[in-house]
Amino acid sequence: MSVRVGVVTFPGSLDNQDASRAVTLAGAEVVSLWHGDANLHNVDAVVLPGGFSYGDYLRCGAIARFAPVMEKIVDAAREGMPVLGICNGFQILCESHLLPGALTRNDHLHFICRDQKLRIENNTTPWTIDYGKNEEIIVPLKNGEGSFIADEYTLDEIEANGQVIARYLDGNPNGSRREIAGVCNEAGNVVGLMPHPEHAIEALTGPTTDGLKFFTSVLSSLLAGNRVNA
Amino acid sequence: MARVIVNVMLKPEILDPQGRAVLGALGRLGLQGVEDVRQGKQFVLTIDGDLTQEKLDQINHIAETLLSNPVIEDFTVQVDQ
Repeated sequence: MSVRVGVVTFPGSLDNQDASRAVTLAGAEVVSLWHGDANLHNVDAVVLPGGFSYGDYLRCGAIARFAPVMEKIVDAAREGMPVLGICNGFQILCESHLLPGALTRNDHLHFICRDQKLRIENNTTPWTIDYGKNEEIIVPLKNGEGSFIADEYTLDEIEANGQVIARYLDGNPNGSRREIAGVCNEAGNVVGLMPHPEHAIEALTGPTTDGLKFFTSVLSSLLAGNRVNA
Repeated sequence: MARVIVNVMLKPEILDPQGRAVLGALGRLGLQGVEDVRQGKQFVLTIDGDLTQEKLDQINHIAETLLSNPVIEDFTVQVDQ
Protein backbone atom coordinates (compact mmCIF):
# COMPACT_ATOMS: atom_id res chain seq x y z
CA MET A 1 0.00 0.00 0.00
CA SER A 2 1.51 3.30 -0.98
CA VAL A 3 0.49 6.77 0.04
CA ARG A 4 -0.46 8.94 -2.92
CA VAL A 5 0.35 12.63 -2.49
CA GLY A 6 -0.88 15.08 -5.11
CA VAL A 7 1.29 18.06 -6.03
CA VAL A 8 -0.61 20.76 -7.89
CA THR A 9 0.83 22.77 -10.76
CA PHE A 10 -0.81 26.11 -11.52
CA PRO A 11 0.38 28.39 -14.33
CA GLY A 12 3.25 30.14 -12.55
CA SER A 13 3.98 27.47 -9.94
CA LEU A 14 7.74 27.20 -9.36
CA ASP A 15 8.34 24.74 -6.56
CA ASN A 16 6.21 21.83 -7.76
CA GLN A 17 9.35 19.86 -8.77
CA ASP A 18 11.02 20.37 -5.39
CA ALA A 19 7.80 19.51 -3.59
CA SER A 20 7.48 16.35 -5.69
CA ARG A 21 11.06 15.40 -4.89
CA ALA A 22 10.40 15.89 -1.19
CA VAL A 23 7.32 13.67 -1.38
CA THR A 24 9.32 10.97 -3.17
CA LEU A 25 12.22 11.17 -0.71
CA ALA A 26 9.77 10.82 2.14
CA GLY A 27 8.64 7.55 0.57
CA ALA A 28 5.28 8.42 -0.95
CA GLU A 29 4.04 8.24 -4.51
CA VAL A 30 3.73 11.61 -6.26
CA VAL A 31 0.63 12.31 -8.30
CA SER A 32 0.93 15.43 -10.46
CA LEU A 33 -2.30 17.41 -10.43
CA TRP A 34 -3.03 20.10 -13.01
CA HIS A 35 -4.91 23.29 -12.12
CA GLY A 36 -7.58 22.68 -14.75
CA ASP A 37 -8.23 19.13 -13.59
CA ALA A 38 -11.49 18.68 -11.71
CA ASN A 39 -10.36 15.28 -10.42
CA LEU A 40 -8.01 14.47 -7.56
CA HIS A 41 -7.06 11.03 -8.96
CA ASN A 42 -7.61 9.24 -5.68
CA VAL A 43 -4.85 11.02 -3.75
CA ASP A 44 -4.58 10.74 0.02
CA ALA A 45 -3.11 14.20 0.56
CA VAL A 46 -2.26 17.32 -1.47
CA VAL A 47 0.62 19.80 -1.52
CA LEU A 48 0.09 23.28 -2.98
CA PRO A 49 3.60 24.43 -3.89
CA GLY A 50 5.17 27.86 -3.98
CA GLY A 51 5.53 30.17 -6.94
CA PHE A 52 3.44 32.89 -8.52
CA SER A 53 0.20 31.24 -9.62
CA TYR A 54 -1.51 33.25 -12.35
CA GLY A 55 1.31 35.80 -12.04
CA ASP A 56 0.08 36.78 -8.55
CA TYR A 57 -2.29 39.11 -10.40
CA LEU A 58 -5.08 40.73 -8.36
CA ARG A 59 -3.83 39.28 -5.05
CA CYS A 60 -1.52 36.32 -4.44
CA GLY A 61 -3.63 33.17 -4.68
CA ALA A 62 -6.84 35.03 -5.53
CA ILE A 63 -7.26 33.56 -9.00
CA ALA A 64 -5.87 30.12 -8.18
CA ARG A 65 -8.58 29.76 -5.56
CA PHE A 66 -11.13 29.45 -8.36
CA ALA A 67 -9.19 26.86 -10.42
CA PRO A 68 -11.20 23.66 -11.03
CA VAL A 69 -8.72 21.55 -9.03
CA MET A 70 -9.09 23.89 -6.03
CA GLU A 71 -12.83 23.36 -5.84
CA LYS A 72 -12.17 19.63 -5.40
CA ILE A 73 -9.37 20.27 -2.90
CA VAL A 74 -11.57 22.60 -0.82
CA ASP A 75 -14.28 19.91 -0.63
CA ALA A 76 -11.76 17.17 0.24
CA ALA A 77 -10.05 19.39 2.85
CA ARG A 78 -13.38 20.03 4.55
CA GLU A 79 -13.80 16.25 4.75
CA GLY A 80 -10.43 15.88 6.45
CA MET A 81 -7.90 15.24 3.68
CA PRO A 82 -4.45 16.56 4.66
CA VAL A 83 -3.51 19.64 2.59
CA LEU A 84 -0.20 21.50 2.87
CA GLY A 85 0.23 24.95 1.32
CA ILE A 86 3.75 26.33 1.07
CA CYS A 87 4.31 30.05 0.37
CA ASN A 88 2.01 30.71 -2.61
CA GLY A 89 0.14 27.57 -1.56
CA PHE A 90 -0.39 29.15 1.87
CA GLN A 91 -1.71 32.30 0.16
CA ILE A 92 -4.11 30.17 -1.90
CA LEU A 93 -5.40 28.40 1.24
CA CYS A 94 -6.05 31.75 2.94
CA GLU A 95 -7.80 33.09 -0.16
CA SER A 96 -9.90 29.89 -0.18
CA HIS A 97 -10.80 30.63 3.47
CA LEU A 98 -9.60 27.16 4.45
CA LEU A 99 -7.12 28.94 6.71
CA PRO A 100 -7.63 32.07 8.81
CA GLY A 101 -5.99 35.40 8.03
CA ALA A 102 -4.28 36.70 4.91
CA LEU A 103 -0.78 37.27 3.57
CA THR A 104 0.11 40.83 2.62
CA ARG A 105 3.15 42.73 1.37
CA ASN A 106 6.24 42.41 3.59
CA ASP A 107 6.28 45.44 5.87
CA HIS A 108 9.69 46.52 4.52
CA LEU A 109 8.49 46.05 0.89
CA HIS A 110 11.54 43.99 -0.09
CA PHE A 111 11.56 40.47 -1.42
CA ILE A 112 13.35 38.39 1.16
CA CYS A 113 15.38 35.23 0.58
CA ARG A 114 17.27 33.68 3.47
CA ASP A 115 17.60 30.65 5.69
CA GLN A 116 15.08 31.09 8.49
CA LYS A 117 14.92 29.61 11.95
CA LEU A 118 11.46 28.45 13.02
CA ARG A 119 9.88 26.79 16.02
CA ILE A 120 7.34 24.02 15.35
CA GLU A 121 4.73 24.78 17.99
CA ASN A 122 2.02 22.32 17.01
CA ASN A 123 3.31 18.82 16.31
CA THR A 124 -0.10 17.17 16.28
CA THR A 125 -1.12 17.96 12.68
CA PRO A 126 -0.70 15.35 9.92
CA TRP A 127 2.09 17.52 8.47
CA THR A 128 4.08 18.01 11.70
CA ILE A 129 3.74 14.86 13.83
CA ASP A 130 7.30 13.71 13.11
CA TYR A 131 8.65 16.89 14.77
CA GLY A 132 9.28 17.22 18.48
CA LYS A 133 7.19 19.74 20.40
CA ASN A 134 8.83 23.17 19.97
CA GLU A 135 11.55 21.67 17.75
CA GLU A 136 13.64 24.38 16.13
CA ILE A 137 14.38 24.04 12.43
CA ILE A 138 16.07 26.05 9.68
CA VAL A 139 14.54 26.15 6.18
CA PRO A 140 14.65 28.73 3.36
CA LEU A 141 12.21 31.63 3.34
CA LYS A 142 11.63 33.54 0.08
CA ASN A 143 8.70 35.83 -0.54
CA GLY A 144 7.57 39.37 -1.18
CA GLU A 145 4.11 39.04 0.33
CA GLY A 146 4.56 36.93 3.42
CA SER A 147 3.27 39.16 6.18
CA PHE A 148 0.62 37.18 8.03
CA ILE A 149 -2.30 39.41 9.01
CA ALA A 150 -5.48 38.75 10.96
CA ASP A 151 -7.56 40.81 13.36
CA GLU A 152 -6.77 40.61 17.07
CA TYR A 153 -9.81 38.47 17.81
CA THR A 154 -8.78 35.89 15.20
CA LEU A 155 -5.17 35.96 16.41
CA ASP A 156 -6.26 35.29 20.00
CA GLU A 157 -8.54 32.52 18.81
CA ILE A 158 -5.94 30.69 16.71
CA GLU A 159 -3.35 31.01 19.50
CA ALA A 160 -5.84 29.56 22.01
CA ASN A 161 -6.73 26.71 19.64
CA GLY A 162 -3.08 25.83 19.03
CA GLN A 163 -3.47 26.69 15.35
CA VAL A 164 -0.08 28.43 15.15
CA ILE A 165 2.05 25.58 13.83
CA ALA A 166 5.29 27.52 13.27
CA ARG A 167 6.71 30.82 14.48
CA TYR A 168 9.71 32.83 13.27
CA LEU A 169 12.70 32.92 15.60
CA ASP A 170 15.59 35.41 15.72
CA GLY A 171 13.64 38.34 14.29
CA ASN A 172 10.47 38.89 12.33
CA PRO A 173 11.37 38.74 8.62
CA ASN A 174 8.26 40.36 7.14
CA GLY A 175 6.03 41.99 9.74
CA SER A 176 3.87 38.93 10.36
CA ARG A 177 1.57 39.40 13.33
CA ARG A 178 2.96 37.68 16.44
CA GLU A 179 5.83 36.23 14.34
CA ILE A 180 3.44 33.66 12.84
CA ALA A 181 5.09 31.64 10.06
CA GLY A 182 2.42 28.95 9.63
CA VAL A 183 -1.08 28.06 10.77
CA CYS A 184 -3.54 25.20 10.52
CA ASN A 185 -7.33 25.03 10.39
CA GLU A 186 -9.32 24.07 13.46
CA ALA A 187 -9.34 20.39 12.50
CA GLY A 188 -5.57 20.50 11.89
CA ASN A 189 -5.59 18.73 8.51
CA VAL A 190 -4.99 21.92 6.50
CA VAL A 191 -1.59 23.51 7.14
CA GLY A 192 -0.03 26.55 5.50
CA LEU A 193 3.38 28.13 6.00
CA MET A 194 5.45 30.77 4.23
CA PRO A 195 8.92 29.15 4.62
CA HIS A 196 9.89 26.30 2.31
CA PRO A 197 10.47 22.88 3.93
CA GLU A 198 10.73 21.30 0.45
CA HIS A 199 13.98 23.22 -0.14
CA ALA A 200 15.57 21.71 2.99
CA ILE A 201 15.46 17.98 2.39
CA GLU A 202 18.97 17.14 1.14
CA ALA A 203 22.40 18.22 2.42
CA LEU A 204 23.62 18.92 -1.14
CA THR A 205 21.11 21.66 -1.87
CA GLY A 206 19.51 22.76 1.37
CA PRO A 207 20.80 24.56 4.46
CA THR A 208 19.60 21.54 6.49
CA THR A 209 17.39 18.51 6.00
CA ASP A 210 14.96 19.84 8.59
CA GLY A 211 12.10 20.23 6.11
CA LEU A 212 11.77 16.56 5.22
CA LYS A 213 9.70 15.78 8.31
CA PHE A 214 6.74 17.74 6.91
CA PHE A 215 6.56 15.10 4.19
CA THR A 216 7.36 12.06 6.32
CA SER A 217 4.77 13.30 8.83
CA VAL A 218 1.92 12.96 6.38
CA LEU A 219 2.99 9.40 5.63
CA SER A 220 3.20 8.50 9.32
CA SER A 221 -0.15 10.13 9.91
CA LEU A 222 -1.96 8.51 7.00
CA LEU A 223 -0.51 5.07 7.64
CA ALA A 224 -1.28 5.25 11.37
CA GLY A 225 -4.80 6.50 10.76
CA ASN A 226 -5.40 4.02 7.97
CA ARG A 227 -6.77 6.81 5.82
CA VAL A 228 -5.01 5.63 2.71
CA ASN A 229 -7.02 4.66 -0.32
CA ALA A 230 -6.11 1.07 -1.12
CA MET B 1 -23.66 50.80 -22.26
CA ALA B 2 -22.99 51.26 -18.56
CA ARG B 3 -19.83 51.28 -16.52
CA VAL B 4 -19.58 49.82 -13.08
CA ILE B 5 -16.69 50.92 -10.90
CA VAL B 6 -15.48 48.71 -8.09
CA ASN B 7 -13.10 50.34 -5.63
CA VAL B 8 -11.12 48.11 -3.28
CA MET B 9 -9.22 49.48 -0.29
CA LEU B 10 -7.31 47.81 2.53
CA LYS B 11 -9.29 47.99 5.75
CA PRO B 12 -8.24 50.98 7.88
CA GLU B 13 -6.62 48.77 10.52
CA ILE B 14 -4.42 46.93 8.00
CA LEU B 15 -0.93 48.38 7.56
CA ASP B 16 -0.36 49.61 3.99
CA PRO B 17 3.41 49.56 3.39
CA GLN B 18 2.97 50.66 -0.24
CA GLY B 19 0.96 53.70 0.82
CA ARG B 20 3.61 54.45 3.42
CA ALA B 21 6.35 54.30 0.75
CA VAL B 22 4.35 56.74 -1.43
CA LEU B 23 3.92 59.03 1.57
CA GLY B 24 7.69 59.06 2.01
CA ALA B 25 8.16 60.02 -1.66
CA LEU B 26 5.66 62.90 -1.37
CA GLY B 27 7.78 64.54 1.29
CA ARG B 28 10.91 64.18 -0.84
CA LEU B 29 9.04 65.80 -3.79
CA GLY B 30 8.19 68.81 -1.70
CA LEU B 31 4.51 68.11 -0.93
CA GLN B 32 4.22 68.86 2.75
CA GLY B 33 1.31 68.38 5.11
CA VAL B 34 0.09 65.00 3.85
CA GLU B 35 -0.80 62.96 6.89
CA ASP B 36 -1.43 59.56 5.30
CA VAL B 37 -1.56 57.75 1.94
CA ARG B 38 -3.57 54.59 1.35
CA GLN B 39 -3.20 52.70 -1.93
CA GLY B 40 -6.15 50.80 -3.38
CA LYS B 41 -7.37 49.24 -6.59
CA GLN B 42 -10.04 50.33 -9.05
CA PHE B 43 -11.81 47.98 -11.47
CA VAL B 44 -13.84 49.51 -14.30
CA LEU B 45 -16.34 47.05 -15.75
CA THR B 46 -17.85 48.06 -19.09
CA ILE B 47 -21.21 46.36 -19.44
CA ASP B 48 -22.57 45.23 -22.77
CA GLY B 49 -26.32 46.00 -22.91
CA ASP B 50 -28.54 46.96 -20.04
CA LEU B 51 -27.34 46.85 -16.49
CA THR B 52 -30.06 44.84 -14.78
CA GLN B 53 -30.42 44.44 -11.05
CA GLU B 54 -29.51 40.78 -11.51
CA LYS B 55 -26.24 41.72 -13.20
CA LEU B 56 -25.50 44.27 -10.50
CA ASP B 57 -26.08 41.62 -7.85
CA GLN B 58 -23.65 39.33 -9.68
CA ILE B 59 -21.07 42.11 -9.80
CA ASN B 60 -21.49 42.69 -6.07
CA HIS B 61 -20.90 38.99 -5.48
CA ILE B 62 -17.76 39.00 -7.65
CA ALA B 63 -16.52 42.13 -5.87
CA GLU B 64 -16.83 40.32 -2.58
CA THR B 65 -15.30 37.00 -3.63
CA LEU B 66 -12.75 37.67 -6.38
CA LEU B 67 -11.99 41.40 -6.60
CA SER B 68 -11.53 41.84 -2.84
CA ASN B 69 -10.54 39.67 0.09
CA PRO B 70 -12.96 40.47 2.93
CA VAL B 71 -10.33 39.46 5.50
CA ILE B 72 -8.20 42.50 4.65
CA GLU B 73 -10.16 44.70 2.22
CA ASP B 74 -13.38 46.71 1.87
CA PHE B 75 -15.02 47.49 -1.46
CA THR B 76 -17.60 49.81 -2.97
CA VAL B 77 -19.61 49.30 -6.18
CA GLN B 78 -20.64 52.39 -8.07
CA VAL B 79 -22.65 52.65 -11.32
CA ASP B 80 -21.41 55.22 -13.80
CA GLN B 81 -24.13 55.54 -16.49
